[in-house]
Amino acid sequence: MRFWNDRKNRAIIYQLLSLIAVMALGLFFYSNTKANLEKQNIATGFHFFNRVAGFEISESLIEYNSEDSYLRALKVGVLNTLKVSIIGNILAVILGVFIGVCRLSKNWPLAKLAQGYIETIRNIPLLLQLFFWYALFTEILPGVRQALNPMPGVYLSNRGVMLPSLEYNPVFFYMGVSVIFTIILGYFLKRYAKKVQDQSGKQFPHVLYTVLVLLFLPLLIWLVGGMPLEFNLPKLQGFNFSGGVSISPEFISLLLGLVLYTSAFIAEIVRSGIQSVKKGQEEAAKALGLKSYLVLTLVILPQALRVIIPPLTSQLLNLTKNSSLAVAIAYPDFVNIANTTMNQTGQAIELISLIILVYLSFSLLTSLFMNWFNKKMALVER
Amino acid sequence: MKILMITALLATSTAFAESKSSTLNTIKERKVLKCGVSSGLAGFSAPNSKGKWQGFDVDICRAIAAAVFGDPDKVQYTALSAQQRFVALQSGEIDVLSRNSTFTLTRDTSLGLNFAPVVYYDGQGFMVRKKDGVSKIADLNGASICTQQGTTTELNLADYFRTNNLKFKPVVFESNDEVHQSFVKGRCDAVTTDISGLAAQKSKLKNPDDYIILSEIISKEPLAPAVRHGDDVWFDVVKYSIYALMTAEEFGITSDNVDKFLKTKNPKIKRFLGITKGNGKALGLDEKWAYNIIKMVGNYHEIFERNVGKQSPLKLERGINALWKNGGLHYSPPFK
Repeated sequence: MRFWNDRKNRAIIYQLLSLIAVMALGLFFYSNTKANLEKQNIATGFHFFNRVAGFEISESLIEYNSEDSYLRALKVGVLNTLKVSIIGNILAVILGVFIGVCRLSKNWPLAKLAQGYIETIRNIPLLLQLFFWYALFTEILPGVRQALNPMPGVYLSNRGVMLPSLEYNPVFFYMGVSVIFTIILGYFLKRYAKKVQDQSGKQFPHVLYTVLVLLFLPLLIWLVGGMPLEFNLPKLQGFNFSGGVSISPEFISLLLGLVLYTSAFIAEIVRSGIQSVKKGQEEAAKALGLKSYLVLTLVILPQALRVIIPPLTSQLLNLTKNSSLAVAIAYPDFVNIANTTMNQTGQAIELISLIILVYLSFSLLTSLFMNWFNKKMALVER
Repeated sequence: MKILMITALLATSTAFAESKSSTLNTIKERKVLKCGVSSGLAGFSAPNSKGKWQGFDVDICRAIAAAVFGDPDKVQYTALSAQQRFVALQSGEIDVLSRNSTFTLTRDTSLGLNFAPVVYYDGQGFMVRKKDGVSKIADLNGASICTQQGTTTELNLADYFRTNNLKFKPVVFESNDEVHQSFVKGRCDAVTTDISGLAAQKSKLKNPDDYIILSEIISKEPLAPAVRHGDDVWFDVVKYSIYALMTAEEFGITSDNVDKFLKTKNPKIKRFLGITKGNGKALGLDEKWAYNIIKMVGNYHEIFERNVGKQSPLKLERGINALWKNGGLHYSPPFK
C-alpha cells in the first residue's frame, strides 16, 4: 500500500496542510500589518507600559494616581472588572436560583410574578437597562448637599452611597483567621460525620457544630480583644463626602443591571434543571420518608445540577463579558481604561489584543473552574 | 466600529501600500471627499433639521471639496467619536479628519498623522452651575468632574489639579451626550472640555443662564484638521485650502464680492484667484481652486461668524482667532 493511500496518513497530511495554511495566514497578517504600521509611522510595541499614564481614575482597589504608569492604570481596570464580575456572578446566581424556584412555585401569583420578571428583563437589551438604572440613580436621588440620611452615618445622593467604615484593628485580623480555621474544621467534621454514619448508622450533626463555632469563635476573639468598634463616619466637605466608604452610582448601576439581566437567564436554566428531574424521583424519595428539604438537597438538586451547570457556565461568562459595557455609564472597568490608554498612546492594535487576551483569560479560568465543578457533580457511573 | 476599522487596518493594508501613491488622485477618481467629523457638536459639526451636515469643521471639509472638485457638496461625512477618529484616518476610512482635534506632539509623531494649519485656537475650560457659587477653578477642590473619553482633556485635568494641589473625582463617559446629561442631572459639579465645546453645549441647554463657563483656561488646544503621514501632495492641498480662507479675509474677499475682484489689478489677488496661473498647477488642482472656495464656502470670517460667532447661538468672540493684523494668531504664508 502506498503511503498516501493509508487513511491515517492522509488525515495527518491534511491536518498538517491546514495548520500550515492557518499559520501562513497569521504570519501574513502580522508581517503585513507591521510593515504598514512602520510605513505610516505609527508607533508599535508595548514600550508604553512604563510611561506615566497622566490621567486619574475615579475608583480603584489599589493605590493609584495620575503619576503612575499605564501598566498600573490597566491593572486598576482589570481589578475593577474582576470586582464587578465576581460580586455580580455571586449575586446573579443567588437571585437567579431564587426566581427560578419561584417560577415553579405552586403559589400562582408568585409564579406569575417570577415569569413576568423573567420575560421583561431578558427581552430588553442590557445597554438600555444600564442607561435606565444610571439615569434613575442620578435623576431620583438628590444632590450631594441634600443627601438622604436614612440611618446615622449612611447617606444617599446622586454621588453614590456613603457608608461608615470600620476603623482597622489587629483583632479583626485574628477574627478572619478564626473564620478560615472554622472552615477547615468544618471540612474535617464532615468527614468524621460520614465515618460515624458509615460505621454506626448514627447521624452526627456536623453542620450545627460548624455554624456554632463559626458564630462564637470570632465573637469570643472580639470580646477578648477588648471589643474594638470605631467607625469612620462620612462627613460632607465642600463638594463631596470624605471619610467612610463610598459606593459610586456607576458601580451600583452596572452591578444592578448585570445582576438583574443575568439572573433572568439563570432563573430559566434553574427551572429547566429542576423540571428535568423525573417526578418519580421525588415521589420515591418521599416514599422513603425523607423530609422535604432532604428530598430537595439529596435527590432533586444533585440531579438538576447536572443539567444546570453547563448553561450556567455560559451565563457566568456572559456577565463577565457584558461588564465591558461599563464605559457607557462611566464605570472605570478594564475596557474603559484601555480605551483612554489607546487614545493617549495611539496603539490600538496592541490594546485591542490586550483586551482580547484579558477577557479570554477571565473566561477560560471561569470555564476551567466550572468544568471541574461539573465533573464533580456529574453522574458517577458504577 | 472600532474593531471593524482595526480589521480594515489589518486586511486592507496591501491595497493601501499600492494606493499610497496619491490620495489626491484617489479622491479625484472617487469623485467624493471622505471627511471625518464629530458626531454632533453644535456649531462645529452637526446635522441640521434636513439632515445636512453643518458647522465650522464641516465648512473646512466643504472648502477642501470646493478646491478639489469645484463643488463643496461632494463630501461624504463620517461621524466619528473621539475614540474612533484617528484609527479611521490611519486605516484609510477617511481622507481628512476635520473634527476639533488638538494638535499635540504625541499625536503628530506616534499616530502617523500630519496636522494641517490650526483652524481654531481653543483652550480647556470648565462649566459649572451658577447656584454652586464657583467663580474660579480652585473652588472646585474635591468636586466630581464629568468629561469625555478619548480626548486631551483627561490628561490636562489631572495635570492641572495635581500641579495646584487640588483633588477631584473624574467621571469619564464614552459619549459626549452622556457627559452633558450627567452634568445637568447633577452627577457632576463641573464639566470640562474646550471652551468652544462648552459654548456649544451651553447653547443647547434648556436654561443656559443657570450655568456659567469659568474664564480660566487650563490648556492650549490648537484645533487642526489632520491627514495621514507620508502623502505630502495631499497634505499641501489641505494646508493651502485652509490658508486660502485666511488669505481671502486678509484681502477682504468674501463670497459676495469675489466676482468683483476678478477684475482687480492687484497682482497678489490675481495670483490668489488664479487669474495669473501657477498656484493651481503647483498643487495639482484647477487654477480656480481658491476662487471656488471663497465663492462657494466663504472666507474664514464668514465661516467663523455663521457657525460659532455673533450670528450663531454659540456667540463666541474672535479673540485670538482673529487675523494677525487684528491682534489674533491666524497668519497665512503668501500665495506666490
